[in-house]
Amino acid sequence: MRTRTVLQQADIQRALTRIAHEIVEGDPASELVLLGIPTRGAVLAERLAGLIAGIEGAEAAWGALDVTMYRDDLSLQPTRTPSPTVVPPGGVDDRVVVLVDDVLYSGRTIRAALDALNDLGRPRAVRLAALVDRGHRELPIRADYVGKNLPSSRSERINVRLVEIDGADEIAIQDGAEGEGF
Amino acid sequence: MRHLLDTRSLSRDAALEILDLAEDMAAVADRAVPKLPTLRGRSVANLFFEDSTRTRLSFEAAAKRLSADVMTFSAKGSSVSKGEGLKDTAQTIAAMGVDAVVIRHGASGAAQRLAESGWIDAAVVNAGDGTHEHPTQALLDAFTLRRARHGAASRGRDLSGLAVTIVGDILHSRVARSNVWLLHTLGARVRLVAPATLLPPGVAAWPVETETDLDAAIAARPDAIMMLRIQSERMRDAFFPHEREYARRWGLDDDRFARLGPDTMVMHPGPMNRGLEISAAAADSAGSLVLAQVTNGVAIRMAVLYLVLSGALELGATRGVAAAPAPTEAAREDVA
Repeated sequence: MRTRTVLQQADIQRALTRIAHEIVEGDPASELVLLGIPTRGAVLAERLAGLIAGIEGAEAAWGALDVTMYRDDLSLQPTRTPSPTVVPPGGVDDRVVVLVDDVLYSGRTIRAALDALNDLGRPRAVRLAALVDRGHRELPIRADYVGKNLPSSRSERINVRLVEIDGADEIAIQDGAEGEGF
Repeated sequence: MRHLLDTRSLSRDAALEILDLAEDMAAVADRAVPKLPTLRGRSVANLFFEDSTRTRLSFEAAAKRLSADVMTFSAKGSSVSKGEGLKDTAQTIAAMGVDAVVIRHGASGAAQRLAESGWIDAAVVNAGDGTHEHPTQALLDAFTLRRARHGAASRGRDLSGLAVTIVGDILHSRVARSNVWLLHTLGARVRLVAPATLLPPGVAAWPVETETDLDAAIAARPDAIMMLRIQSERMRDAFFPHEREYARRWGLDDDRFARLGPDTMVMHPGPMNRGLEISAAAADSAGSLVLAQVTNGVAIRMAVLYLVLSGALELGATRGVAAAPAPTEAAREDVA
């Protein structure tokens, strides 16, 4: 099984900085709520909030949105343990929510996130930021902000590693010997 | 987790998984839409061969909040009065297609029988079997104690160092048994207080201290005191001379309540016999967690139903808790 690194720490940092600029170009920081999808999306949301604070001087509200209970594959997979959902004190009503995830793939996670968001309130708009878009969408969903487009084969696996969780920032593509898991 | 039959075989990790999951479920109740689509299309049958108010309603509410379909069966007004037994009743319900059965039965071991006999394929959740166990009650008690002690920082923590005194009809109490095992597993020190006639014969082998004098137990300043209901329906012998004598010696009356520390948590699994095992002042006091127990019961039962009903069918899963392997990050990536 072969693994090759496609983005290193500096690349990830640059991509996130660019996304942060693009986000505040569209909407003022005071109206934003960045909701990361656990585990790594939540870390990225916090980082983006920090970067936006550096640009705008005002920090954007951020939190975590767990989508486990809204997945469409619960009966096909071993039981998943959800992560906490953390909504910033102002809530999401009439705010611009930016969903943040590490890898955008089939789009099913984002579909679940939109359902989960629907039960939390009514944002004025919902946007999507993904560090990596690897294609192979199964639903009509696209990202508003993408760090890196990584065309990949379905048999490959994209491994995103972040300092906060994995001790290093790195994105690697791993050849899948056994083909597609799901 | 395939079934939930008891707390005795529940590991510390499995218990904490349920309690932590219940934290997420409790948060759902505070949202604009207090409902999750998670168990849509799954159906839950409540088989209640014994009377119940809060447990039955609580399981019903939990299933509905997770969008499962619920069928409720009570022995009263059913074909049980025509002589239909557990096996036929269960198979009849199963033939209508259910994914989980929540069962309360007067016979100890009924839930385990249902789970292991091969009569039905559904997941089985024990909602009280005879004088054996009532695992979701113990889980909600542990959850309530943990929240009262640790507040928002409850997640991941156990009950180490907590002194819990359980008072009353230990002999007939499945709540006491489930609590003894679970609280012990979670690191709490448990003391049982009862008239000698209401302590079970095998209690010496339990991981508890026993005491027959409630005043001495109160003088030891427990962190929590859990009063049990006098189960008149199971009292077939003269366990104590008179209810008034019981209330005088083993009831939490106003005087004893006043001697408890100001932070002592007062609990009761309900239904309460006010004036017998607990005074109205104690039951309605600021330190009383009785209503919190009921609220938390829904969250705990949501967590349990989620764990037994979500996930692909695990082949070869064993009794108690066979926790599914946590999804690896790589697996998560795959569906991202």
